[in-house]
Amino acid sequence: MSNSQDLELANAKQQEFTITVYTENQIGILNRIAIIFSRRKINIESLNVSPSEIEHIHRFNILITETEEVVRKLARQIEKQIDVLKVYFNTNEDIIWQELALYKVPTDTIVEKVLVERLLRENGARAVVIRKDYTVFETTGHRTETDKLIEVLQPYGLIEFVRSARVAIIKDSEGFNSKLREFERLDPGQDVIENEFLDQEKNVFTM
Amino acid sequence: MDTLQEVTTALTEPKKTTSVTGSVALLEGLIAEGTDTIFGYPGGAIMPIYDAIYDYKEKLNHILVRHEQGATHAAQGFARTSGKVGVVFATSGPGATNLVTGLADAQIDSTPLVCITGQVFAHLLGTDAFQETDVINITTPVTKWNYQVTDANEIPAALAKAFYIARSGRPGPVLIDITKNAQMQLFDYEGYTPCNHIRSYRPRPFVRNEYIEQAAALINSAKKPFILFGQGILLGSAEAEFKAFVEKSGIPAAWTILGAGAIPTDHPLNVGMLGMHGNYGPNVQTNSCDVLIAIGMRFDDRVTGRLDKYAKQAKVIHLDIDPAEIDKNVKADVPVWGDCKETLPLLTKLVTEKTHPEWLAEFKQFEKIEKEELIEKELNPQSGELTMGEVINQLNILTKGEAIIVSDVGQHQMVACRYGKLNTTRLSVTSGGLGTMGFGLPAAIGAKFGAPNRTVVAVIGDGGFQMTLQELGTIMQFGVDVKILILNNQFLGMVRQWQQLFNEKRYSFVDITSPDFVKLAESYYIAGKKVTERADLVGSLEQMLQHPGSFLLEVMVSKEHNVFPMVPQGCSVSEIRLK
Repeated sequence: MSNSQDLELANAKQQEFTITVYTENQIGILNRIAIIFSRRKINIESLNVSPSEIEHIHRFNILITETEEVVRKLARQIEKQIDVLKVYFNTNEDIIWQELALYKVPTDTIVEKVLVERLLRENGARAVVIRKDYTVFETTGHRTETDKLIEVLQPYGLIEFVRSARVAIIKDSEGFNSKLREFERLDPGQDVIENEFLDQEKNVFTM
Repeated sequence: MDTLQEVTTALTEPKKTTSVTGSVALLEGLIAEGTDTIFGYPGGAIMPIYDAIYDYKEKLNHILVRHEQGATHAAQGFARTSGKVGVVFATSGPGATNLVTGLADAQIDSTPLVCITGQVFAHLLGTDAFQETDVINITTPVTKWNYQVTDANEIPAALAKAFYIARSGRPGPVLIDITKNAQMQLFDYEGYTPCNHIRSYRPRPFVRNEYIEQAAALINSAKKPFILFGQGILLGSAEAEFKAFVEKSGIPAAWTILGAGAIPTDHPLNVGMLGMHGNYGPNVQTNSCDVLIAIGMRFDDRVTGRLDKYAKQAKVIHLDIDPAEIDKNVKADVPVWGDCKETLPLLTKLVTEKTHPEWLAEFKQFEKIEKEELIEKELNPQSGELTMGEVINQLNILTKGEAIIVSDVGQHQMVACRYGKLNTTRLSVTSGGLGTMGFGLPAAIGAKFGAPNRTVVAVIGDGGFQMTLQELGTIMQFGVDVKILILNNQFLGMVRQWQQLFNEKRYSFVDITSPDFVKLAESYYIAGKKVTERADLVGSLEQMLQHPGSFLLEVMVSKEHNVFPMVPQGCSVSEIRLK
């Protein structure tokens, strides 16, 4: 009893979830996925779409803050889309993630102020481009880390800043290649169409 | 493009090709899929397809509707009565946007449709060309799948995929948008290969025996089991399997309005309709059963009423083909994910043959109360104004439950669904999820084409009829034998009922006037009659049913009659009111 109450509490708590979606490379699938969120007035905090390690298959990383119950329903609606192969959702504990950030600062400040150089080193930044007028630094990390460097560079005339969406690797994932071969079979086995109810104890959600 | 081709090019021997236009390939594909009837409306961007169909008149029966919305509803009616995929043609721009209501209706009611829209030339896409609209993005939320074709080579594979997606798994509407250049383009046509596999789409779930076993164990130990069934049984053609399950387990079964007729309405274990205006017993007993077995239904809010007071005492077994439905509204203790045509026989095998006389007697008791307090007065009033219920009752007596009843949306719909006698499956066609007023008349046209040997009666209110009455033109032109039964209460009755019950009778814009419907029918060369007196009712219904060809019968019914029972919004199903 107490166990199910704990579970209910966990379900009711809003937290960050990273949703990983494998799709066919089809025009329009981005819209089909996006409207599943907007229809329910749920904000996508970050979104990354790029080709996966498998040709013709794209991988989405979608970051939202919601309860597990809502995320589970969203995942099912996404997986229901014809061109979606597979959906996983994970809490931050289940994944390794990074964001990439670029910072453009005036080169003369960097040259003149040794302090800046030390700050960059402390924040794990590296120079990508050095020109007479400006220098572009790059750093990767969690949001708090990339944010911290903005704060640090702001007094020295930060010209421009950009940050990528979150990309995440699922700790327990065995990759998608074997799963895809199953999908391509006319009559997929139980492994592919396993349903989530039997797999609740597993850390990684599969549907 | 890549994935579309992958689906169909797994053929080894080189194929003989002929040079045809995209339009011809489309029509050949439709014929290969077994299409014989198309509901459509031409226009500039779909002219090449209409030019091609000129030579296919023998094989493809094209019904020219009066508005594209009518085409979608007609195709829905056709799909519902025939079990086949409904096909729609429309042009770009306004033609395409007029499909949206029908697509949304088909999406929420899981009706298989393939809609083909014309589109401006590919080189004009995005230029705000004449009659250009972004139909793919407009229809994305209301289609199961949609696809834009800009090259004729894609047409056979796209169409094959469209039919496969529309009819498999949980069915739904699909839209293919074809640019004009692709319709005209000559290409090497290799013939049509139907699609039977898409790697990212798994319409037939793998049935897990452990869940079947758990479900059977729950059912076998239940004292007060209760079945709720929906359209899933019809869509899965599992009526026989369902009947076998119900009869062996001896469990009382109640239906959602789209599940009506999955077993005959007078089957001894059919205890009636669920939901806001459903029967007394099924609603109350939902909150006293110990095991709830939901089959092919989605716990719509009109069925469940207030969710936090819905069947909390019961263990829930949910059989559905769509995993997204499981736990969506009501948590399932045992989820049986699968096609009920497959899962029901497995379950039937494991359940003990039983009867539940005391439990059934409880339902009988509720039925008795409902009959005495409500149904009798509704169906057999001796004086006063005509009621909608008595019209449906007399219709039942005359059709003996063998006619197709198509209803529109509103009070008359609830009455037609509550009281309509259905001896077999696919006799009830209505707009359940979307509640689309104006659905009835065009859907009845399609229903007749889908089941030409059945009498089709379209029961429509005075409000809904005026939304799509232009389809009288379609009935006239194609000699469609549809019996139109207008129940005229001179009000938008359902809204008026709510305003009476919940807004202190502040009747805000529900008072609707009508033209002379009989004269209107006459102007379309359709016979008609108006009834105001009880004494004329039966004779007029007989006249309508016996009339060769279409007939419009307008019955003036009580102006301020309410549909009861009713589960008021925000209330639990067990708080259902008889008055």
